[in-house]
Amino acid sequence: MEFLRVMAQVWSKYSHLFLHGLWMTVYMGLLTVAISTVTGSILALLRRCTFKPLQWLVTAYVEIIRGTPILLQLYFFYFMLPGWLPFLELSEFACVLVACCVNSTAYVCEIVRAGIQAVDNGQTEAARSLGLNSTQTMIHIVIPQAVKNILPALCNEFIAIVKETSLASTFFIGELMTQFKTINGITYRVLEPLTIVGIIYFLLTFILSKLIALLERRLNASER
Amino acid sequence: MLVSANGKEIIRVEDLHKSFGSLHVLKGVTEHISKGEVVSVIGPSGGGKSTFLRCLNLLEVPNSGHIYFNDVDITAKNVDINIHRQKMGMVFQHFNVFNNLTVGKNITLAPVLLKKKTQAEADEMCKELLNRVGLLDKIDQFPKKLSGGQKQRLAIVRALAMEPEVMLFDEPTSALDPEMVGEVLFVIKDLVKSGMTTVIVTHEMGFAKEISDRVFFMDGGIIAEKGTPDEVFNHPQNPRTKEFLSKVLY
Repeated sequence: MEFLRVMAQVWSKYSHLFLHGLWMTVYMGLLTVAISTVTGSILALLRRCTFKPLQWLVTAYVEIIRGTPILLQLYFFYFMLPGWLPFLELSEFACVLVACCVNSTAYVCEIVRAGIQAVDNGQTEAARSLGLNSTQTMIHIVIPQAVKNILPALCNEFIAIVKETSLASTFFIGELMTQFKTINGITYRVLEPLTIVGIIYFLLTFILSKLIALLERRLNASER
Repeated sequence: MLVSANGKEIIRVEDLHKSFGSLHVLKGVTEHISKGEVVSVIGPSGGGKSTFLRCLNLLEVPNSGHIYFNDVDITAKNVDINIHRQKMGMVFQHFNVFNNLTVGKNITLAPVLLKKKTQAEADEMCKELLNRVGLLDKIDQFPKKLSGGQKQRLAIVRALAMEPEVMLFDEPTSALDPEMVGEVLFVIKDLVKSGMTTVIVTHEMGFAKEISDRVFFMDGGIIAEKGTPDEVFNHPQNPRTKEFLSKVLY
């Protein structure tokens, strides 16, 4: 009972911090996925081009990013980026965002690649046999079908990113986990604020995954 | 039927070779097909029938040899194959109708996109074609709702919408339920009657015998025997042809 009472107290007193943290988490997640959807798609298309060195470069990028921890990447960009690009006067938030995007781009690249590959090759052959060139085939036949494979996976990537932004609290950029640290510092309580943050994360991802399930059903329902 | 075979040569193939890795599938095919001619390609699986057909519009790029379409060497480096493919309709074993487009759009996409027709002209022709194969009521549906036979009929008129000079059929009835084979063969027969130059890879021996001007028996990557249906089916010379026919014509 004591636990619930303290939790209620913490919530009523610091709800604005939690909500701000929630907003920052969602904001960062959305920005990251929006940016890396574009960059990841470009990389996926570059990976398909016939110029070999470009393919290798993209493959190396994807493998390196997927093969190293995101926390390491966060440190790397947080400390290196301001030195490399001093004229931009990047904020801490910007550095963390870049790290998240660089990380997410690699995963999105794989999602898009898999989505395109999953489209039956017969669709391409049929389009080419009618005289469409490869670009027209991609635009009118392959990509519209690939999007259906890609969208749900992209939303899952968003959920993953929402959770991964918690690592960015290392640099106190104001998302949910940072708020926990702040409140923990003020109140010296661990369990109660942590539980609240946990519930917020859970509700957020739970609702998102339900929405994705709905979206998937909708996508399958069309064309029927 | 053989009258048409005296027509102008539309496809000529010279010493065609194709390998997939270490697998040598086509081992030097030299042949020609005349305008208006109907050619069936029969033979055992792995004999190179489909590969031969797919080489004709360069869905498979041959390792060596030449393919002439209307006297143009389409295997030459500087040739824009997309232009020539517009004149060669292809129908696949697995239909390959565009799943993301309605039945109508399946047909009008290519003619409109490749500027052969305006949307209005294409829509008009689309209705005519669908009516011809009994699918007019499906025009706004997605292919998911169609049966195999309906999909294949759609695939045939999709190819016809480009007004091709030759139609290539790659085992068009092999993936169909038995009760749907007839409706597809009927459409092909109709097409053949209209004088369309046709190359068809098939396992439907009776059909091949009935519609063909010439039959190629392919085995081991070469055309092992060829001739009129009567010659190939009733008086085969090659022991491999005899063996194959004895297995399929029971």
